[in-house]
Amino acid sequence: MVPLSYYLVLSGILFACGVVGFLIKRNIITIFMSIELMLNGVNLSFVAFAAHWHALAGQVFVFFVMVVAAAEATVGLAIIIAVYRTRETLNVDQVNLLKL
Amino acid sequence: MSVHLVLFLAFGAVAVAGAVNLLAQTHPINSALSLIAVMAALAGEYLLLGAEFVAALQVIVYAGAVMVLFVFVIMLLNAGVEEQTTGSRVAILFGVPGAVLGSVLVAWVVLRHSGTGEVPAGALPGPPATIGPLLFHEFLLPFEITSILILIAIMGAVVLASKPPSAPVPPREEN
Repeated sequence: MVPLSYYLVLSGILFACGVVGFLIKRNIITIFMSIELMLNGVNLSFVAFAAHWHALAGQVFVFFVMVVAAAEATVGLAIIIAVYRTRETLNVDQVNLLKL
Repeated sequence: MSVHLVLFLAFGAVAVAGAVNLLAQTHPINSALSLIAVMAALAGEYLLLGAEFVAALQVIVYAGAVMVLFVFVIMLLNAGVEEQTTGSRVAILFGVPGAVLGSVLVAWVVLRHSGTGEVPAGALPGPPATIGPLLFHEFLLPFEITSILILIAIMGAVVLASKPPSAPVPPREEN
């Protein structure tokens, strides 16, 4: 028996690692991987709550999150390729056209 | 200490170590490999929770398809070691105390108010045989919409990635 809060704490740690990576990383691919890490943390809490409340809909939601994440990954990586083609860099500090 | 708790702690330790390693590594391929380790450990956690279908999807879709896409893009763009830049002073001044405060608050709420609910091993069996009817009856419309979403994503990826290369725009001068 594992308390539900353990799962939530693990999920929170993974989400926090994703947020920190999103903020401190400068490589656009690694930033994208941090987003995937955050999605994984959320999925874990979905499944834990589904098991806790005996609601299978939570697992179906994880399926939808995964589908959206896969679609997001394809489009995002295509955008990264397009950015690299036009700017020839993966460093987000040098992609600064919108900066004041 | 039950076997379930030991397994939970083992998989959780692998997941957290992978997540921290993702932050510590400077080369994207090392970060991608540690992210795969995180996803594999999470698949183990899902199996502990009885979510067999989700665990299989986690391995096939996330650790398989999505991460292969990441590794492929890293190879295609020949991504090297990232250059470290120092963060702004405002971020350190407000960000670090804010992050500490927020995490303490969340940890307090979770530990105090989530109750003493415990999740037994395999509490809610989620084999494909029970997920399938749910997916194709109650969630039929969202399921069909995701297929359209994937179709749009495929077309978007093709359009974005197959654009003919134009003259590179030089990075703007720092002022």
